[in-house]
Amino acid sequence: MENKDILAMNRRGFFRSAGAVGVAAALGGVVASVPGKVSANIDALIAEQVGQGTITMDKIVVDIPEKAENGAMMRMPIIVNHPMEPNNYIERVAVFVDENPKPFVASYTFVPESGQVNIEFRLKMAKTSNVRVVAKSNSGALFGLTKKIEVAEGGCSG
Amino acid sequence: MTVGSPKIRVSKDPVKKGDMVNVKTMIQHPMESGLRKDKDSGEVVAAHYIVSVKAVYNGKVVLDAVWTGAVSKNPFLGFHLRAEKTGPVEVTWKDDKGQEFKSSETITVA
Repeated sequence: MENKDILAMNRRGFFRSAGAVGVAAALGGVVASVPGKVSANIDALIAEQVGQGTITMDKIVVDIPEKAENGAMMRMPIIVNHPMEPNNYIERVAVFVDENPKPFVASYTFVPESGQVNIEFRLKMAKTSNVRVVAKSNSGALFGLTKKIEVAEGGCSG
Repeated sequence: MTVGSPKIRVSKDPVKKGDMVNVKTMIQHPMESGLRKDKDSGEVVAAHYIVSVKAVYNGKVVLDAVWTGAVSKNPFLGFHLRAEKTGPVEVTWKDDKGQEFKSSETITVA
């Protein structure tokens, strides 16, 4: 009898906290979609590109200086040290600049036949900012790199 | 501003099967984000940028890029791919006005 009461109470307690979690999640969704709240939105933008999950800060190499003279044309070489085999490969790489008016810069999709993730392009930085590269494997594992780049003169940014 | 004249370059020397080949591409494009104001008129310059770049080799899309107005003007894109057999690598750029540009180069596998 006593045990039953405890169980009943626990069940009520469980539903009460589950409700609270539900409300918090809903509120979280609303906050994330407020326009203009760009920097708080980075996590949502990353999830949009590569899905949600824990990002391991490993495997990505971006060999550039920490200071950029010209934010309009910043070299962005990206290497991901990961196999490119039929059942174990990097499927996608996405690049973000936190302080740009639109932080999502570019994404690149690969197949095992690509052989290697070793690319280079140039991007615009409005001002000094964190630059983020996130890679997703075919099994959904996420790898990341964040690098703060000081920009002397900002590029007319996107 | 000039738009187009896509360029592509791969090693002229034959490579061995399985070797990594460096492919370098460039195209003339303003890459206007739609966020920039003209210095003289103060008016916002209309968006005009490349939205996708695809590279096909050996009948497969080996690289599929999505770009925004935050990619620099006259974009450069370098990438590597694994040599399989002699054949073209073809790169296609598309911009937000529906313009399409293509260029290709042959990878020679000895």
